Amino acid sequence: MNIIVCAKQVVDVAEIKVDSSTKKPILAGVPQKISDMDKNALEEAIKIKEKHSGKITVITVGNPDAKERIKELLAMGADEGVLITPPDHADYHVIAHLLVGAIRKIGTYDIILCGEASIDMFSGQMGPRIAGLLNIPQITYAQTATVEHKNVISEKNLGEKTVTIESPFPVLITMTKESNQPRLPSLMAILASSSKPIHEWPVSSVITEPLIPKVKTIDIKGIPMQRKNIIYQDDLDQSVGKLVDELAKVGVLR
Amino acid sequence: MVLVYSDDKKLALELLNKASELGKELHKRVIAVTIGHEEYSTEYLECGADLVIVAETSQHQFKAEEYTSILENIMKEHRNEIILIGSNKNGKELAARLAAKLDAGCVMDCTKVYVQDQKLTTERIVYSGNAIAVEQFTSLPQIVTIPSKVFDPLPKNPHHKGEIVKKKIDGEPFPSKILNVQETKSEGVNVEDAQIIVSCGRGFKKKEDIRLVNELADILKGRTVGCSRPIAADLKWLSEDHWIGLSGHKVKPKLYVACGISGQIQHIAGMRDSGVIVAINKDPEALIFKSADYGIVGDLYEILPKLTNAIKGKIS
Ligand SMILES: Cc1cc2nc3c(=O)[nH]c(=O)nc-3n(C[C@H](O)[C@H](O)[C@H](O)COP(=O)(O)OP(=O)(O)OC[C@H]3O[C@@H](n4cnc5c(N)ncnc54)[C@H](O)[C@@H]3O)c2cc1C
Ligand SMILES: Nc1ncnc2c1ncn2[C@@H]1O[C@H](COP(=O)(O)O)[C@@H](O)[C@H]1O
Repeated sequence: MNIIVCAKQVVDVAEIKVDSSTKKPILAGVPQKISDMDKNALEEAIKIKEKHSGKITVITVGNPDAKERIKELLAMGADEGVLITPPDHADYHVIAHLLVGAIRKIGTYDIILCGEASIDMFSGQMGPRIAGLLNIPQITYAQTATVEHKNVISEKNLGEKTVTIESPFPVLITMTKESNQPRLPSLMAILASSSKPIHEWPVSSVITEPLIPKVKTIDIKGIPMQRKNIIYQDDLDQSVGKLVDELAKVGVLR
Repeated sequence: MVLVYSDDKKLALELLNKASELGKELHKRVIAVTIGHEEYSTEYLECGADLVIVAETSQHQFKAEEYTSILENIMKEHRNEIILIGSNKNGKELAARLAAKLDAGCVMDCTKVYVQDQKLTTERIVYSGNAIAVEQFTSLPQIVTIPSKVFDPLPKNPHHKGEIVKKKIDGEPFPSKILNVQETKSEGVNVEDAQIIVSCGRGFKKKEDIRLVNELADILKGRTVGCSRPIAADLKWLSEDHWIGLSGHKVKPKLYVACGISGQIQHIAGMRDSGVIVAINKDPEALIFKSADYGIVGDLYEILPKLTNAIKGKIS
């Protein structure tokens, strides 16, 4: 079984501070990590490999420092890593073509796994784009992925209903946060992973024509959140009394 | 043209409002597409469509691969410059796949769509609710997905004239298939329309204790209980229709009471537009207090019964 996992390096959104005067997020210096659900995708890949054997390749389109993140994925259980550094101002269209270029260069694949969404952009766009470009079936928001010899069966969560889908290979699946519990690598695994290869492929080796972005980001605005921040912390009965008076005064108890 | 599609009729009607506005501004016709539901056509016309295309297909359930191919087919005949798609899970996977097929730009979950400097411009929340990205398309076609309740449908206008065209289109068949569709257990709650929401988080030790929020919700006229992700997704103490946040429901009640919720940015993303926000948390450093108008630091097990009583006294 040849499995490809697409994993994105993102800023840790929980660590973002907001500039108090401009209300804009301060992105410089925020720690980077692998997007949460991409670890769910890799965990699922490892489970499939444990059952059917095979090879797991992770692909990241990201800055050169993403190499450190790929090492963590190799320690978790991926066999090889591929890193492509995109041109400036790459949008979803450009990155999807780079990922697909890399997938074609790898050549053989049965299952491509992505996260349901990346935690910085939360689009859920890249997976279906890759499936569309490769013209293969897609299963998004998968809670499960039960792989047999010729097919995979997934339960997909749509909130008000669960849809069970069967697909032959090759197929692209995006995994949810609840689908599994990503493992933490053991010290042994971390040590062993240092001999696993990470290939840094230039853009020109995966695509033939230059790509022009279709969407450009013209601003990242802050979200002003003005709240009263009145906090009661002494005697509970008094606090409750004051709160209820306030709520009545602002008219939300009517 | 401006094309609108959603598998959810209500959402399609909401998008038609935006489409009509863009259509007027840019002098473009508005096309609404329904796949399989001829019965929606008249309403689509009355709510702003100039043309309704009813695609008749043998694929009766939504399937992204075939439905993408149906829309691609329609695109071949009508030069659509703007495509608005309803941003539910089906709509998002459809929009993204269609974008790949057309080599088009696509922006998901937009809460604003407008024309600026003659370019289609969108705004969406990014970084889990820390910022808004303003993006502009640089080429055609342009695909935008819009969540429910961002726009209201236009009032029905029986005089709005348009054309209904029925077409048999079968999308390119794919080897994957739907084996089963199961309704998930839901308690039929609608947090999105609620006026008052009392929400619970991991500060509750066991499922039975949620009665404390139920009791408070019951005396407040609103009667709706919400929760953080772990309560619905991991512990499954409440059904997913209670779940509020980035990956759950977006709410804007006039009063939101967060009990035992830490206030991580992904939770705030779902309730930041609430009128008055109240937080109850035993940790004075809890993030939730930064997003709250009023807060009480203390044990929710002590506070909630007192609060319920006090409010009961106040409103009677
Ligand atoms: C991509 C992504 C999407 C997400 N989407 C969502 C989403 O849509 N919605 C969502 O809610 N979360 C979401 N999350 C999860 C989010 O990051 C938090 O983990 C989650 O909101 C925490 O839930 P909680 O506040 O209930 O639990 P905790 O963070 O564990 O907080 C429990 C709180 O209860 C307090 N407490 C404990 N005991 C008591 C007591 N006796 N009295 C009073 N207070 C007490 C504690 O001080 C603490 O602050 C998402 C995460 C990711 C990565
Ligand atoms: N730059 C990237 N490199 C590798 N994988 C990516 C990249 N961007 C997105 N993905 C994959 O696509 C998924 C969805 O991302 P998004 O469409 O941004 O929500 C992620 O969970 C990853 O699996």
